Amino acid sequence: MEEDILKIFAQSVTRYFDTIADGGAALGTPYLGSDNEAAGLGFSAVIGITGLYRGNIYYTAPREKLNALLPHVGESVPDDRLCAELVGEIANTISGNAREHLGGGFMISTPFILEGRDLAVHTAKNAACYILPVSWRQHPSRVLISIQKSPDAP
Amino acid sequence: MKLLIVDDSLIMRRAIERCVSNGRFDEVRIASNGRLAVEEFTRFKPDVVTMDITMPEMDGLTAVELILRSNPRATILVVSALADKATAVEAIKRGASGFLLKPITIESIQEALDDILAN
Repeated sequence: MEEDILKIFAQSVTRYFDTIADGGAALGTPYLGSDNEAAGLGFSAVIGITGLYRGNIYYTAPREKLNALLPHVGESVPDDRLCAELVGEIANTISGNAREHLGGGFMISTPFILEGRDLAVHTAKNAACYILPVSWRQHPSRVLISIQKSPDAP
Repeated sequence: MKLLIVDDSLIMRRAIERCVSNGRFDEVRIASNGRLAVEEFTRFKPDVVTMDITMPEMDGLTAVELILRSNPRATILVVSALADKATAVEAIKRGASGFLLKPITIESIQEALDDILAN
């Protein structure tokens, strides 16, 4: 299941950068995060997952990357508030797009923004946390995927 | 012509507002969740609404239903990241005039608005 889910999120991330920034996103090899591993890169957003899956999806990126992306969404002035909004919108978009393959039972929350706060990997009971590195124009970012099928799932 | 943009993301509201700043709309207003959208729809009486789905307080599909209950002729374009077919079908079933998948571009939002206004 892990491999399939990682592929789905890799597709979502690629689609986002293809649409917004004319491509250029390079995906690294996903790896398993260890408990309490520091994973935040400055601005992070978390999407809570409920329904047939349980867990969280995170997107984290440094200020420099988000400021470089802002002109691609029409914003010409670097701004921390817009960086926080953008990291939330990216987390929301890649999680929502994943429903194309995971279906409507993959229910997503609105994004919760963690700005300037450390983001550590917290591996939930029986749920691994995979980290997908995403590089765009030499700027790093990460998608953290920590979900498992709900006990109610068929 | 009047447009109401409904999205909880400031980035998205500003992006859509820029996409439609070509003179087609005389007045544009915004709402950041479904509840505020329903209230603003009653006051503003827009010709077109762009509606996100995943929002706090009230989701977009519920807002679509309530708006159409008050004005069955309302024209609503749902703009959402939720990419499963069932969500798009549900939006149309509840009365939305169209569905546009995020991420959006200037061209995609303009084409989607062209389509629903032509119909």
